Amino acid sequence: MMEGFTPILLLDMGLLAMLVVVAFAVVRLRSLFAIVMLQGVYSLLSAAWFVSLDAVDVAFTEAAVGAGISTVLMLGAMLLTEREAKPVPFQKQLGPLFIVTIVALAMFYAVGDMPAFGDALSPANSYVGADYIAATKNDIILPNVVTAVLASYRSFDTFGEVVVVYMAGLGILLLLGLNGNAGKWRAKPNGQNITGRKNTAEQREDKP
Amino acid sequence: MSAQNQHSPHVILRVVSKILIPLIALFALYVHFHGDYGPGGGFQAGVIFASAIILYALIFGLDEAKRAVPPSWVRICMSLGVLVYGGTGVATWMLGGQFLNFTVFAPESTHASGQHWGIFAVELGVLFAVTGAMVAIFYAFGSRVPELRDEDW
Repeated sequence: MMEGFTPILLLDMGLLAMLVVVAFAVVRLRSLFAIVMLQGVYSLLSAAWFVSLDAVDVAFTEAAVGAGISTVLMLGAMLLTEREAKPVPFQKQLGPLFIVTIVALAMFYAVGDMPAFGDALSPANSYVGADYIAATKNDIILPNVVTAVLASYRSFDTFGEVVVVYMAGLGILLLLGLNGNAGKWRAKPNGQNITGRKNTAEQREDKP
Repeated sequence: MSAQNQHSPHVILRVVSKILIPLIALFALYVHFHGDYGPGGGFQAGVIFASAIILYALIFGLDEAKRAVPPSWVRICMSLGVLVYGGTGVATWMLGGQFLNFTVFAPESTHASGQHWGIFAVELGVLFAVTGAMVAIFYAFGSRVPELRDEDW
């Protein structure tokens, strides 16, 4: 057992243990501000873990999107609602607990069939993946195989993703409006009613 | 607004972020143009560029950010990204190739420069679309959020 023990393994175990701790804290906490911040910490920890797995492109995206943008967007959404989550009565927690237990048991059952990390014969590393790595040298001549697959071999898929990002932005704009629907909105943070109309009127007074 | 800023308690935040925001934008461009050789690409660069604008809005206020990056630009930026990506595909059609098969840009090239140009154009489209969409979503949420009081934290 000791011969496979490396500092990297210790690092992985530490990072995964911290992920579990943060996940439990997110579930148990009531303060939405703390939960949003801990979700950012969770993303940053998983980004660090992806780096240790040599998936730098994924780690980059996780750090930028998960720890950066989505934390800010969740903060923006949180400011329009209560600061504390309402406690859920114990009877209502039993159903979700049952489902989570079944899913967890199914996943533990599947762990035995997973290929070992870095297994050269695993499905992910044989068939198409190996073909792309071999062909990029002659077809695209780029050092970064990830970019070659993403932008050239699979540019149809990436086009779909760009359209999805565009549709997400468009949907938010249609629902909320870039300028808060010219002040025609209402929100109820901490039980106090605020409207955009009053808010914009105050802003107008501020300006000389 | 500017008179308020001088008396606000967040002087260190303002000074530090004023130095950092151009560097973040520059790093986004590095991530974009170096995506062929190292980790990164249009998507990551777009998110980093958007976060530079969002940091500016968080520190200096949404009105100032909207003066620097007007909402109309944001709308145009995200639509332009999809158009550039799709337009690259249409251009490969017009040159007689398949949709998004970049080899037709330089068929005689021995070092696949047609592929490099195609990837460059496509990643530029991703950069515009992601930057525009992220800033648009932030503006849409941010325009509805009331001014933050210090006791909210």
